[in-house]
This record gives sequence, C-alpha cells and structure tokens, in this order.
Amino acid sequence: MKFGIVVFPGSHGQTDCHYVFEQILQEPVTYLWHAEEDLQGVDCVIIPGGYAYGNYLRAGAIARFAPLMEQVIAFGKKGGLILGICNGFQILTEAGLLPGALIRNPSLRFQCQNTYLRVEQTETPFTNLCEQKEVVKMPIAHEEGGFVTDKETLERLEKEGRVILRYCNEQGEVTPESNPNGSLHNIAGIVNEQGNILGMMPHPERCVEAILGGEDGKKIFNSLVAWWQGGAGR
Amino acid sequence: MKEGFWREMGLSDDEYELIKEILQREPNEVELGMFGVMWSEHCSYKNSKNVLKQFPTTGPQVLQGPGENAGVVDIGDGQAVAFKLESHNHPSAIEPYQGAATGVGGIVRDIFTMGARPIASLNSLRFGSLKSKKTRYLFKGVVAGIAGYGNCMGIPTVAGEVYFHPSYEENCLVNAMCVGFMKHEDLAKGLATGPGNPVFLAGARTGRDGIHGATFASEEISEATEERRPTVQAGDPFMEKLLLEACLEVLKTGYVLGMQDLGAAGLTSSSCEMASRAGTGIEMDVAKVPCREEGMTPYEILLSESQERMLFVVQKGKEEEVRAIFEKWDLEVTIVGQVTADGLMTIKEGAEIVAQIPAQALTELCPRYDRETQEPEYLAQAQGYDLGALPEMEDYGKVLLTLLGTPTIASKEWVFNQFDYQGGTNTVVPPGSDAAVLRVKGYNKGIALTVDGNSRYVYLDPYRGGQIAVAEAARNLVCAGAQPLALTDCLNFGNPEKPEIFWQFKEAVAGMSEACRQLETPVVGGNVSFYNETKGEAIYPTPVVGMVGLVEDLAQVTTLGFKQEEDLIILLGQNKDELGASTYLSVIHGLEAGKSPEIDLELEKQVQQATLELIKMGLALSAHDCSEGGLAVALAECCLAGKMGAEIALTENIRPSSILFGESQSRIIISIHKSKIDTVLQHLKKLQVPSKVLGSVGGEVLSIAGSGWKVKVELAEMEEKYWRAIPCLMKG
Repeated sequence: MKFGIVVFPGSHGQTDCHYVFEQILQEPVTYLWHAEEDLQGVDCVIIPGGYAYGNYLRAGAIARFAPLMEQVIAFGKKGGLILGICNGFQILTEAGLLPGALIRNPSLRFQCQNTYLRVEQTETPFTNLCEQKEVVKMPIAHEEGGFVTDKETLERLEKEGRVILRYCNEQGEVTPESNPNGSLHNIAGIVNEQGNILGMMPHPERCVEAILGGEDGKKIFNSLVAWWQGGAGR
Repeated sequence: MKEGFWREMGLSDDEYELIKEILQREPNEVELGMFGVMWSEHCSYKNSKNVLKQFPTTGPQVLQGPGENAGVVDIGDGQAVAFKLESHNHPSAIEPYQGAATGVGGIVRDIFTMGARPIASLNSLRFGSLKSKKTRYLFKGVVAGIAGYGNCMGIPTVAGEVYFHPSYEENCLVNAMCVGFMKHEDLAKGLATGPGNPVFLAGARTGRDGIHGATFASEEISEATEERRPTVQAGDPFMEKLLLEACLEVLKTGYVLGMQDLGAAGLTSSSCEMASRAGTGIEMDVAKVPCREEGMTPYEILLSESQERMLFVVQKGKEEEVRAIFEKWDLEVTIVGQVTADGLMTIKEGAEIVAQIPAQALTELCPRYDRETQEPEYLAQAQGYDLGALPEMEDYGKVLLTLLGTPTIASKEWVFNQFDYQGGTNTVVPPGSDAAVLRVKGYNKGIALTVDGNSRYVYLDPYRGGQIAVAEAARNLVCAGAQPLALTDCLNFGNPEKPEIFWQFKEAVAGMSEACRQLETPVVGGNVSFYNETKGEAIYPTPVVGMVGLVEDLAQVTTLGFKQEEDLIILLGQNKDELGASTYLSVIHGLEAGKSPEIDLELEKQVQQATLELIKMGLALSAHDCSEGGLAVALAECCLAGKMGAEIALTENIRPSSILFGESQSRIIISIHKSKIDTVLQHLKKLQVPSKVLGSVGGEVLSIAGSGWKVKVELAEMEEKYWRAIPCLMKG
C-alpha cells in the first residue's frame, strides 16, 4: 500500500509520518510537494501536522489553495483514503472535505499532553483493528483544536456514526474534564459522509513505539493497511 | 563629527580616539554606527573576554569550540551535536512575547548555520514573584513567545527551568538553547573565503526594527529604555522554517563556502565577522539589500536587526543553482556583494562608498577591559548570619508542603505543556525530569540535555556557586543515564563597570572553570549578558549552564520517579548540616543568607561515576539529584513522579531543618530492587563512595523519621501543592 505525505511550506509532521511508514510499517511512502499537481498514484494521502503557511490568516486557510489540494480534493471525492492529522484536520475542514471548524482552545494556550480517546466506530478504514469503545492513548499538540459546527451538522455526524474518536478519561467515560480543548461532544476525530476521509487532532504518528510512551497510534495505521489488503486495494 | 556623538553610540571618548587612530581620520556617521554596535559589550565581549579565557575549551569530544556560531561535540558513529545557549533578556523585559520568540529564532539560526538540523530547544527563565501582576504578564508572554516560535518551527522544546526571585522583578532573564544534529562532514562555518566569490543575503526583507539592539542590550533598563519598545524585533517563525529548510538544502550542495545568520548588529556583524575569520574583506552595496520600507539609509540597513535573514558566500559560477533552492522555498535571495582580498569592509550605496573599515578593526581591535573588582559589602554579613540561632519549626510536614507549592520548586507543567515537546518523535524523556533524553533514530543511543543554574548560591559565594552550576548540570545528566560531554553557558550579570559586579563575574567564571576541568566538560560556546540592572539594582548573578551528554544505550535511560513498591532507596553522597543559601531559608524565614553549600569536586565526580555505573549495570532503577529544597523535596519529587510513597529513616545527628531541607551538594537518590542490595552496597564500597540506605518505596504516604521527630505527608496532599501551585497563581 503506497502512502503519500503532503508537504506544504511550514508543515513539519511529514518526517515523523514518513518514519512510521518506512521504518515501522515498512510500506512504500513518498512525499507530495504542495506545488506539484500529481499524486504519484498513492493509495492513501496523509496531511500531516505543522504550521502550513505559518497558519497565518487562520489555520489551514491558505493551504487549501495550494495546487496539489485540487488533486487531493478530487481524490477524496472519488473515495480515496485521506488522513488529516492536527493541522491536516484543520486543512481538511478549510478545504470543505470535512464539516465544521477547529477553534482556539478555551485555555487560549498551546496544549501538548497525552489524551485518552474512545473509539466510537470500528467499521472504518482507520479503526477496523480497534475494539468497539476501546480506549486508546494518544498525544495532542495544538492551540486550535476545539471542534465546532452548527447544530444540524453535529446531529447528523452523531446520527450517521461519523464521530470516530472522542476524548475520554482512562476508564473510557466521556466527561467534561477529559475534554482538553472544548470540542463539541468531546469530538477528537470525524469522517466524511462516505467514510474515506478522517480528520483527527491527536497525533497517532507520535505513539507507535514503546520507547516514546505508547504504541496505540499503530492501530490507526495498521487499520489502513488491513483495510487496503482486505478489499479496497484489490 | 559632532562633539560627543559617539557617546550616543555607546562609545567612550577613549574608544573614539582609538577609532580615529585606526582609520587615520575621523569616522563618518555610518562608520561610527558600525563601530558602536561591534564594540558594544554584546558583540565584542570587551569586558569579559579576558576572564572567559579561563574556561577549558578542548577535549577529544570537541569538534568546534567557542568562536563560531555554536559549539559542536562528537557523539560517535560520525555524528555530532551543535548547541548553544543565548540570552534575550532585555527585549523580553520590554516586549515579552516577541522578545522571547526572537530569542528562540536567533539561537535556532545559530544552530542551522553550522549545518546541523535543530532537534531540540531548552530554556532557562528567571522572573520576579508570581504574586505580582507584572511578573505574571512577563511570564505568560515569555512562555507563549517561546511556544509560538518553537512550535511553529517544529522544534520540540524538551527541557528547561524557571526560578522566581524578587531580584528579577524588572529584569527577567530569558536564556534560550538550541541543539542540532549533524554528521561530521556537514559542519559548516562562518567564513568569507575566496576573493571574487559572491555574497548572498536570503530570507526576510530588511526593516527598521531592532536598530541598535546590541547597544541597547549593553546598558541598564530604565524608563528611557522602556521607550525603546519599537526597537524590539518581531519574529516570523514561518519565514525561519523556510530559511532553515533552504539553508540545510543549499549546504548539502557543497557550493556554500561560509554562512552566518544576521543576529545582533545585523548585516554589519555577520559580514565583518565572516570576513575577519577568513582574513578577507567584503564589498557590499546596500542599495541591493531588499528593504521592507522605502527610503532606508545605509546606516539603517547596516544596523537593522530584522529577523530571519542569512548571509552566505557561494562558490563563483554556482549562483543559479543556489538561487533555485531558495526560490523553491519561496524565499527572496539577492547577491549583495563579494569577497575581497583587501581585508576591508567596503560599504557602497550604488557607486558611492559610504563606509570603509578594516574588517578586523571591527571584530578584533576593540579594547579589552580588565575591570576593577571588589568584594561586595553585603557578602560578609550575609555569609556570617548565625543560622544556628534560628528556631526549629513545629510541623515539618507543613514546611515540606509549602516548599512543594513554591513556584520555583512546584511542577512547571503549566509551562512545558505549552511547548510541543514530542515533535520529531525522538523525545524519550519529556520535560519534568532531571534531564531530557532524545534518541538518535536508527541507533540504540541518545543524547541527554539539561539547563541549570542556582543564582542564590552564586550571590552568596560566586566561586562556589559557579562550581555548583556546572556540577549540578552534570549530575542531572548522570541521573538520566548519560555521560556528560560538554557545556554552553549564559552568564547573566549586572553592570560590569561596577567593581562588585565584576568581582561576582570573575569569581563565578573561575569556579565554573575549575568544575569544568575536574568533570571534564569543556565549554564549547556561550554568551555573556551584562547590564541586567534596573534603577541601579542588579539581578542576582546568574550563570546558567546548558549541558549535553551521551546515553550509550537507550536501555539505560533513567528517570526520577520511584518504580515499584518495596524497592530500596539509597543515598549516594553525604548529608551535612548545611542550611545556608537554601530555598527553605528564603521561603520559610525570608532569609537570603548563610554560606552556599560546600562542594568537593572529587566527591562529586565519584558520586556521579558511581551512579552512572549502577545505572549501566541495570541496578539503579531511578535516580534524582538533591537540589532546591534539599533531601525532603528530592524524595517528594521521586514519590510524585512515581505516584507512590516511601518510608525513610535518617540516622545522622543533624537537626531536622538542616537534614530535611539543607542543600548539601553531591547527593543523588537512587532506588534499587531489594534483592540487589548486597551487590549495590558492595559495589559502592569498592568505589569508596559514601552511601546509605534511606528506606523503601511503598504506600500512599511519604514519611521521614529522624531521632525524635517524624514527618508524614500524604501523597495526595503533595500532589495538590506540587501540580496546582503555578496554575492557581496564574489564575489570580
């Protein structure tokens, strides 16, 4: 399964993701430069974290206009797998591939910390190796991670089972205390209508080795590979 | 020249006479401005250079010592780390967010200029009391500024320290350190070699910001300096990220012969330092410099401290290849001049020469001063204070809780949670331990990083305080399982023209040098920040040490927290009756008095070596050094990090206040599995390191019993104080 990692000026999660695919998953991986217009035949597009275009104006607001994004949008609309992490999630909402927006944390501070997430759906390309309601530990690192949307969209997201990850406590209870950034309904990750595009604020690529404090992030990446091998790639 | 104009440039009458002698004529205004910044303390180290010569700077591990943009040490396998610590105190005291942000930006540029990819940042911060609104404003702004710049760059901020003390009320200290990783062959230097080669300027446009920043940093803060707020530069971390990627890419081509960032004194210092190091000259046309504003004069262009700019010399004929890389990163790049053989800085505006000065006159001919020294009057009285007359307290449990809730000791989670400390996925030990550890991808080794400096020890005995600063940094690394390699320092002091201040400086450097020699950790770079005074009041003398160590095997990485119930707790080193210069005296009795703790560097070395050996043998499961707050606070920190209690029995006949909270040096607390006790004690005996079993890990309470007294504190109570103190104060 071939992964492509989008690189905007100011992205910096690309090398961390590249390391995961190349060294940990040992799957083919390539960088996709923002100014190009070719997705190089990848099977999954990763939009990594960082500060694309400095996040100036608004996180993700400029990145969506990059030449490559037209290809990414077309790829996603055709059902191609896209994973947006942190800044990547912000970019996906700006590009209209995912609903809602990510606003500033109520603390008005950048927050780097571990969070617990409850896996709400397992019939997805991104979480099929997880148990239903499994609690996973992943770090967040962002200043603008509060997921908001209008009431109707929120209801639809819930009704259609498109909330994939929710901030919770170690026991899996979704509580206000376990919500680090004021996200509505403790939402940490959602998918689009077709279910092929996931945006998430936590960083799975930062927890794929025990030495760094956890391996739960692997479940997301391994799920992608399993999904691909199980049918999507055939 | 208008009578006395040079004084406005920070030059003395004698210095002005010397300049005339060098040039054999009167300098014009532009030339005088260039001399003004280059001969400022900040750029010339004219007051400190003679003293700094004491530092040992060599060793088999040193690939690049002081004099370049950063020091570089070998970490084996053909790899190296570049690192440097630098102050940005004055700008941060005036404009905390931008002052701190550009401090990070400046030190990051110093690192990638050497050809290293920045992999970690650290910082050492000093503020007044958090009870004051001004301090909270400065603290909040500085932390946000460091976070804003470093996080955007994608460089994890992995360690640091924060002290709060009234002497920093108006003059906070912001020392930023950056560490970069490289292969030996990537080492780049700031040399303008090869006459005829083009000189490129890349990155941000030049504006009017920060003109005379270096001069400003070389005087005391006053109401007049408050008005200089506009001279504090604004940072653009996105621009710097692009510059970082472009510079590292262009260095790989081999077409770049020398590179230097534009920091203090901007284009003037970067160009003349590159020329001076190479023994060449540079001819530069300021009309070619892309400016942000119209109508900038040569003087302004030469002295601007606009951020995110880089100057470099390219092999002639490779201009287009180099240009293409910068353009790929959407960066402006311009040829502004060329290297010459005449050793002169020739500055033109179009066809007209506006300044011409020998490059080395700017960098080497500045007079050096051996300032007068005098022991300060406060010292004898403070040291002689009769601590024996102090009453013992009734409830030492309460004292321990008070100390744990003191901002200097309390958890700094409020600070480091604002830093993206995991980016780069190398952070094995995150902030909050004695030292941070980063792994080297693809190898089973890592580097340990720490930054340290207790100014109360220096205030009460600069020589000892200097020794302790180095020893404690090394101890921190050892506790993480690393062999200390080398250090960078940032020496923050008051006005060196005052004999008492210069005495503190000289003594502290002498003490540091001695410790560096004994512990075999040479100084490979650093920075001096004088004039940290407000309304004539100096800060506490604050030498800060940033140290790098090597973890040979990642399995050896050790942290401070107790690991499992029933493990035995052992103290390496000796408890003494030393209460002087302690946090206890300051917080509980409001006393900044007594003698700084003694330090025997031979014992220090033994304790460190023994700890490292026990770690390498897999016997020491946790390790933590005793520092602020003494043994009791150190034990509490081991409990807090491990989320478990401990039962301790102390047998020495030392009064409770001293044994609990005295800050005797060369002490490390380790915990071991109970089955290994004989092996460990035998080994320590063989090494002739004083040690004793303190007690065991377990339960939900930390209890410490002495002869006739006992302290008992619930873990939950300690947690409440330790974790909540700073967030609570910041809400107020």
